[in-house]
Amino acid sequence: MPAHDILRLMMVPQARSLRHALGGHEVKSLRVALGQVRPKLGDLQTNGDKLLQFIDRAVQAEADVIVFPELSLTGYLLRDLTFDVARTLADREVQALVEASAQIDVLFSFVEETENHQFYTSSVYASQGRILHVHRKIYLPTYGLFEEGRHFARGQHIHSFACANHRAGIAICEDAWHPSVPYLLSIAGMDILYIPSAGPGRALSSEPNSGSQQFWERLLRTYAQLFTCFVVFVNRVGFEDGLFFFGHSAIAGPDGELIGMIDSHDEDLQVYALDLSKIRKERHQSPFLRDEDAYLTLRTLERVLEEQS
Amino acid sequence: MMQSERVTKICETLEEHVDGTLPVLVEFLRQEVEKAGFDHVVFGLSGGIDSTVVAYLAVAAFGRTRVHPIMMPYKLSSAASVADAKQVAADLDLPLTLIEITPQIDAYFAQQENATPLRMGNKMARERMSIIYDQSALFQALPLGTSNKTELLLGYGTQFGDLASALNPIGDLYKTQIRRLAHLLAVPMSIIEKPPSADLWENQTDEGEFGFTYEEADAILHLLIDQRLHAREVIEQGFNANVVASITRRIRQNQYKRRMPIIAKLSSRTIGVDFRYSRDWGM
Repeated sequence: MPAHDILRLMMVPQARSLRHALGGHEVKSLRVALGQVRPKLGDLQTNGDKLLQFIDRAVQAEADVIVFPELSLTGYLLRDLTFDVARTLADREVQALVEASAQIDVLFSFVEETENHQFYTSSVYASQGRILHVHRKIYLPTYGLFEEGRHFARGQHIHSFACANHRAGIAICEDAWHPSVPYLLSIAGMDILYIPSAGPGRALSSEPNSGSQQFWERLLRTYAQLFTCFVVFVNRVGFEDGLFFFGHSAIAGPDGELIGMIDSHDEDLQVYALDLSKIRKERHQSPFLRDEDAYLTLRTLERVLEEQS
Repeated sequence: MMQSERVTKICETLEEHVDGTLPVLVEFLRQEVEKAGFDHVVFGLSGGIDSTVVAYLAVAAFGRTRVHPIMMPYKLSSAASVADAKQVAADLDLPLTLIEITPQIDAYFAQQENATPLRMGNKMARERMSIIYDQSALFQALPLGTSNKTELLLGYGTQFGDLASALNPIGDLYKTQIRRLAHLLAVPMSIIEKPPSADLWENQTDEGEFGFTYEEADAILHLLIDQRLHAREVIEQGFNANVVASITRRIRQNQYKRRMPIIAKLSSRTIGVDFRYSRDWGM
């Protein structure tokens, strides 16, 4: 399929989204629970039970959706354990969480094994007891302390997906450090960007918060403002082999302001209400999405890549 | 800029970076000790700044009833160090276990003619660590390491002696940063300000043995390790070429102390090479 057709296909849902979800004067609120958990490395049973408990708590708190960090079912520094903790979408531990989405939507992450035995860092968005969307992590950091490229296959797809009254997109941790991912999701109609993460911090810093933590906060707010969407960042906590995951899960609104943040590196569950009508107001006031020339981007990319090849 | 000014400036920056680490280190100790299935910790308390900082951190993490410092002086250990260790234990209201290592050290070296001070120092360090691991079983306590980043990089420690431990909360902090941490923890000034010594022989100081100061070493290590400058570039910044060369040589020569023993690779899954699991796997 020619690239411009793909782009056109991607753009269809956006129009639907604006008409379907954000038109009219109805105030739509979405209660988002941030499930800032500390998984136990390689222990699917313990982690699965914990996620189910958090889901219960989020249900009690009348959340509409609960979001868990990257690899919340398995832990992060898996190395050779990748082989043992990998599950298919049909496997019991995955289905238990999908079934729990009968009450509220659930976004969780695990090591997905496909039929042809490729291993991905995947995030599943489940709703009403079924899988609505699977995002496979595209950008696998393999530098410094990271070795994801050694263990995982690289995701190949970027899709937004329709939820009850909005469209969402998922970027797993490092995916969000590549602006092309939120850009493409934005063109594809994203109203909420979910960023499940396993972000390690460096506590040695001249600022009260670690350098990467500050960068994340800037990034959330900037994306939220530029793409006039909500950005939901859920980062894990705890230590793995001395590596410190800093938590500080947060949500930014389409005006670029923080709506809420879990100001700690402890396990926690917090629910924040997103006023989805803010998207309508911001996109009217700051019509970056309207004015974005995706075809110019496409033509320019094609030309530049052609020249470089 | 003069070298001394440059050293001061770099060390000031290094120190400033320490301020946010306290809660992380306390949480590190709590979580890693709990994961290992323990709720007590044990370590050697010499009266020096490193083990004192670890004592203060441990008390912050576990309270006084779960922290077990062991003092293991040799007959030639400096009386001042012994007094400092006792003072730290008293300040923190910790029960101090005192185990003299003189009998076993002297018994061993009575049969070894002309042992060098280095051999004796290493033997004592290993004797102490052997005691710490035995006391670990007694107290059901996890052994904490007390080596800082400067020592680890310069290889200024005894393999399987003071370099051994189950967990090391201060191994990513340079000596000058340990001093800042000590200030934050309200460690007595007398301990912060005294010249660091491995106390291997009378009036020994680390800096006397190195031929450079910790500040100088930390500034150079920061440029070489964290900033990834070439030794040549560090010298171009005005640092003493001999000191830079000495530090560079020490880092390389002591790499073996920072690794597990290497294994002759024969199979397709060799421990440490392609049998790769995080330690947390077993926790």
